[in-house]
Amino acid sequence: MNNDKLIIGGHEFSSRFILGSGKYSMKLIEAAVKDAGAEIITLAVRRANTKEQESILDYIPEGITLLPNTSGARNAEEAVRIARLARELGCGDFVKIEIMRDSKYLLPDNVETIKATEILAKEGFVVMPYMYPDLNTARDLVNAGAASVMPLASPIGSNKGLATKEFIQILIDEIDLPIIVDAGIGRPSQACEAMEMGAAAIMANTALATAGDLPMMASAFKNAIEAGRKAYLAGLGRVLTRGASASDPLTGFLRD
Amino acid sequence: MVKVNGKELDIAGKTVAEYLASIDYDPKRIAIERNGEIVFKSQYAAVILKDGDSLEIVSFVGGG
Repeated sequence: MNNDKLIIGGHEFSSRFILGSGKYSMKLIEAAVKDAGAEIITLAVRRANTKEQESILDYIPEGITLLPNTSGARNAEEAVRIARLARELGCGDFVKIEIMRDSKYLLPDNVETIKATEILAKEGFVVMPYMYPDLNTARDLVNAGAASVMPLASPIGSNKGLATKEFIQILIDEIDLPIIVDAGIGRPSQACEAMEMGAAAIMANTALATAGDLPMMASAFKNAIEAGRKAYLAGLGRVLTRGASASDPLTGFLRD
Repeated sequence: MVKVNGKELDIAGKTVAEYLASIDYDPKRIAIERNGEIVFKSQYAAVILKDGDSLEIVSFVGGG
């Protein structure tokens, strides 16, 4: 298990839990990162306030990889602009592409996401595109230079779990990049299930931000993700299509 | 007039560095785009804002 690393764009991580930082107090970030055991945290880019406002960067522990997203982008061009601004903020080359045209369901625009991936990968970014789980799109993202593929489990912020399970499984089986399940994972058991399926990592934000005790939920997710990963590596036991199979020796006794 | 984060300001003729000094942005925590192109930190003192320019000044916030 110690050698079981998550590799994204040549960078190695031991943790398979990517933590969001939205919708909760900056003061909880340090505890969340620690209890999640997270090594990557996502951020958004927005119009700046003047400096009496606190910076979220002051609350993120040293050594954590920052993964800025392009939320707010409605097309590839805007996503590229946001990614370049994020890199100019001086926190590395990682970017999670997030392009939405639809404000009701917040579904990602796969076509624009492929275009932005191609441009940003050429500019040297480690590109992690958030997408609707579709095999053709995933293949195009691989060809465009993506470092991972991040399919949604259910609509963002819904905590509804693995609504797209069958399609995520197809990506896991067919795509030779880390498949990181992003959006919609609401419970540790759902994170564990995705990991059992062979997902490379889980990204969660709302599941923690809306939990009763955020750091404790971060810890629960950490354990679930590790359990699911171990189960995947161990290889799950088979499922019978019908009937039963005794777990005890079938030698009879107490009667002839 | 120069548009800064959507607001029209009377700062044409100033350099980016002069404008930043006149308000309370922390230059270490921001990135700037002028008319859709990044203004690198090394250029702040050299870039003179022109009438009709549009600036986006951004920083990191919490997000998923």
